[in-house]
Amino acid sequence: MDFVHQLIQQLINGVSLGSIYALIALGYTMIYGIIKLINFAHGDIYMVGAYLGFFGVTAAGLPILPALLISMFVTGLLGMVVEKLAYKPLRHAPRISILITAIGVSFFLEYTGMYFVTPTPRTFPDVIGNISFNAGGFIINGQQVLIFAITIILMALLTYIVQKTKLGKAMRAASFDTETAQLMGIDADRVISMTFFIGSSLAAAAGVLVGVYYNTIDPLMGIMPGLKAFVAAVLGGIGILPGAVVGGIILGVIEALVAGFLSSTFRDAAAFAILILVLLIKPTGLFGKNTHEKV
Amino acid sequence: MSMLEINDINVYYGAIHAIKGVSLNVNEGEIVTLIGANGAGKSTTLRTISGLLKPKTGTIKFLDKDIAGMPANKIVREGISQVPEGRKIFAEMTVMENLELGAFIREDKDGIAQDLKMVFGRFPRLEERKLQMAGTLSGGEQQMLAMGRALMSRPKLLLLDEPSMGLAPLLIKEIFNIIVDINQTGTTVLLVEQNANMALSIANRAYVLETGRITISGDAKKLAASEDIRKAYLGG
Repeated sequence: MDFVHQLIQQLINGVSLGSIYALIALGYTMIYGIIKLINFAHGDIYMVGAYLGFFGVTAAGLPILPALLISMFVTGLLGMVVEKLAYKPLRHAPRISILITAIGVSFFLEYTGMYFVTPTPRTFPDVIGNISFNAGGFIINGQQVLIFAITIILMALLTYIVQKTKLGKAMRAASFDTETAQLMGIDADRVISMTFFIGSSLAAAAGVLVGVYYNTIDPLMGIMPGLKAFVAAVLGGIGILPGAVVGGIILGVIEALVAGFLSSTFRDAAAFAILILVLLIKPTGLFGKNTHEKV
Repeated sequence: MSMLEINDINVYYGAIHAIKGVSLNVNEGEIVTLIGANGAGKSTTLRTISGLLKPKTGTIKFLDKDIAGMPANKIVREGISQVPEGRKIFAEMTVMENLELGAFIREDKDGIAQDLKMVFGRFPRLEERKLQMAGTLSGGEQQMLAMGRALMSRPKLLLLDEPSMGLAPLLIKEIFNIIVDINQTGTTVLLVEQNANMALSIANRAYVLETGRITISGDAKKLAASEDIRKAYLGG
């Protein structure tokens, strides 16, 4: 009974951590889907989102939700600017050039961030208060409720945009076949730009939620979650949106279980062991399929 | 009246000179075909008209407007729609979504609904399968979908790249009948084909492309009867 109780408690923790990975992984996978770029700067975009949320709450004194929305919007614009300045000029260059550029953008954001906000970690103010819910002996705290709620709303919104709107259809068409999408009259540059906006604002939401959850943010906070979200995206099948969500949650749960039952030192090792296993056993990921053409 | 006027275009793939001084024109209401062997530059010509490639020199005039070098997504808005080689349907989207994407440039809901009806009238099998993933369709159905999708933009000029590719003879016949029908309801057609026999049988005029140059052009019926063409392209 005690084991089962602890197991379920760790599952709750794992799903909330996994939701955050999922939000970051969605941006990774969307951007990969449309321009086949592993955007290594994505974790740092998430860091910028966390800081914008932090300043929204502290310097501007806003409540958490408006601070979250503003951070998402501004970070989305930042994602668009990064794409326009750093990636767009390399659209027809070999893929390795743009990949290296992404690593450069990552360092740029980390150390420019450090210059402006100093490397000292900041304490994210407690915006929720010390609420927790006791559901049949299991503890769910206010921060976790906020994470679940925001994640579910954002995923529902994203699903609606991607499945139902004209922009979403253009995004799916362009990520399947950019050239043919242009023959439909779709402006690929605009669609790519919007994809960076959406992906970056989801990362910003994750950044703010992490600030709320762990109470502390710093300019290098994006490195590890960025890599793990990449693992999550690969686990689910890179380029596939539901794959990113499932991959993120599985990763979060595994980490929580490893931390809870073994030792938290093995947490990160477990995440990257998953990456190696996926690449060995099913490189296309859980949702990936081997595409073949019909003649 | 000349609808499309291509004048002395040169197109390169990197260092490869793919189209060498091609000129051709398409008059309103015609079916014009561009025939030639594999690698002669037929698809390259269509891709250049659609704006996927840019000519290094030369002009392309569509309804008296120079469209050479315009981005592909703007050229569709001018009224040119392409059915690409290999159909290039969006396999992971439904038949309906593919058709909706065909109408991407339009905002007139009533007109779109009307054209959707027209496409379903022409290709009843697409209506039966409208909620199916396009990738699950047979080759012939995919060709119909690619054509229906191109028609959804209500083009003035329809470019068809190898619509017979990989299809059974009976199906090819059906597709060609539909092309004639599309033309008769007011859409000008520029057809690229390796199946020269079929193409010449429905076209008004034809151009023969050989390694990037137009070598012969003229009335389709006359070309079909000419000894040289028969030997080179019609299998005897």
